[in-house]
Amino acid sequence: MSRIVILGAGTAGTIMANRLQRLFSREIKSSKTTITVVDNNPAHLYQPGLLFIPFGDYSPGQLQRPRKEPVNKKVKYISESIDRVASDENRVYLINGTPLDYDVLIVATGTRIAPEETEGLTGPGWREKIFDFYSLDGAMALRNALSTWKGGRLVVDIVDMPIKCPVAPLEFAFLADAFFTKRGMRDKVDITYVTPLDGAFTKATCSKELTHLLTDKNISLVTEFSAGSVDGEKGLLTSWDERQIPFDLLVTIPLHLGAEFVSRSPGLGDDSGFVRTDPQTLQSKVAPNVFAIGDATDVPASKAGSVAHFEAEILEKNVKLFLEGKPLEGRFDGHANCFIETGFNKALLIDFNYQVEPLRGFFPVPHLGPMPLLKESRINHLGKLAFRWVYWNVLLPGHDIPFVGPLMSMRGKTPLGATP
Amino acid sequence: MTAILLEHPVDLDAEGFFQKPEQWTEEMGVEIARELGITLTDKHWQVINFMRNRYLATGSAPSIRTLGKESGVPIKELYQLFPKGPAKLAAKIGGIPKPHGCI
Repeated sequence: MSRIVILGAGTAGTIMANRLQRLFSREIKSSKTTITVVDNNPAHLYQPGLLFIPFGDYSPGQLQRPRKEPVNKKVKYISESIDRVASDENRVYLINGTPLDYDVLIVATGTRIAPEETEGLTGPGWREKIFDFYSLDGAMALRNALSTWKGGRLVVDIVDMPIKCPVAPLEFAFLADAFFTKRGMRDKVDITYVTPLDGAFTKATCSKELTHLLTDKNISLVTEFSAGSVDGEKGLLTSWDERQIPFDLLVTIPLHLGAEFVSRSPGLGDDSGFVRTDPQTLQSKVAPNVFAIGDATDVPASKAGSVAHFEAEILEKNVKLFLEGKPLEGRFDGHANCFIETGFNKALLIDFNYQVEPLRGFFPVPHLGPMPLLKESRINHLGKLAFRWVYWNVLLPGHDIPFVGPLMSMRGKTPLGATP
Repeated sequence: MTAILLEHPVDLDAEGFFQKPEQWTEEMGVEIARELGITLTDKHWQVINFMRNRYLATGSAPSIRTLGKESGVPIKELYQLFPKGPAKLAAKIGGIPKPHGCI
């Protein structure tokens, strides 16, 4: 008898539950294996859609489904909060005191924003002139504000890394440029992009290749700025080294932390509540029968749905090997694949991993594409829009996407600087 | 890659962070800081030692917020001691791998 417990029914947890259900369908039928998912959220939100909400492109109803719906019915689903993981007892304690014993535990509880961790951020002006778009409430409040805004200084600020979907803040700035241009008021808006990193992108290659997009769109860039405090009344963003940036409207990407129960679970997480995880096998460092996937881990990959999808294939293999008592063979390479909306119905697509920076070429089929890498195009934008269907119908059910393997392919790709 | 620091071979990553903390000595810390233009005071060492000890005890480097709360040096002062990136610079000088959170 093997008891598999998955904490979290977001993107990563749902994919894992559905994949493992298929893999062990016979054992589940004969009650030799059980899969249990624990999550107390009522809704499953299509998070990539949040970016478009402030510009009036989606309604909340289009982006949400009941949390339980995408999880296969043969998986046991418990709607309850988690108190802690006691890895020395192979047991999870739920907040109501119920213990849940496991043979294999998969932590897939993602990351959450913590705006209250930055001084003044949720003080005067919060959701009046200071907004986030990483929550549905925040994105909706920002939509209302933008629809009547007369212009001024718009500042987009990343408080700290890591964040979910590291390119989303930049996409927000690009889409804001297009939004104000279409409304005929771009000349009344200054857009400033503020980041704690030394460039606009998290990947050096992208910064080198794509920083011109900011210049072209007349977006100012402030780098190595670590936000220490916000004064909503005066409209001032201040860094720890006491530089100041004035704003009329601040769009903040607040500090990200792991789920709260991680910090209550001895040895499981780092200081920020991310699960300490082997970047290749996805086994946690706290115990061999505890694994982690998606945004919940501390692996140096992007916190993005594509990463969770690629990791799932590797983790499925390793969970099976672990239950058979064999050495783990699955090795994740950090593969991520991101669309970057650049405004005016165009988008970029980038493909990279732990070691390899984004390259030029075509995706998913070498030489044919149809989607070009590291280059703006309309088809990439259509790809991003079509992805909402792919998410609910292919990704969450845990199917493989045709032509797209979990490990990054180098076929047909050219390193930058080389002749194509 | 292997580099030579104060006549000892050390394993560094592409950005100069130690891959094997056991190869590090305090003298090397002084040398790395000097290359970064930082003269180390007792306050610097308080942060570096906190950072290093926490890494050796738990396997992960403390975040800037933890440094501010627990090292005894407030965040604002950390930025004065280690301009622009306190956690990153203290890790580099203290001979531990690059902290996560930079992706």
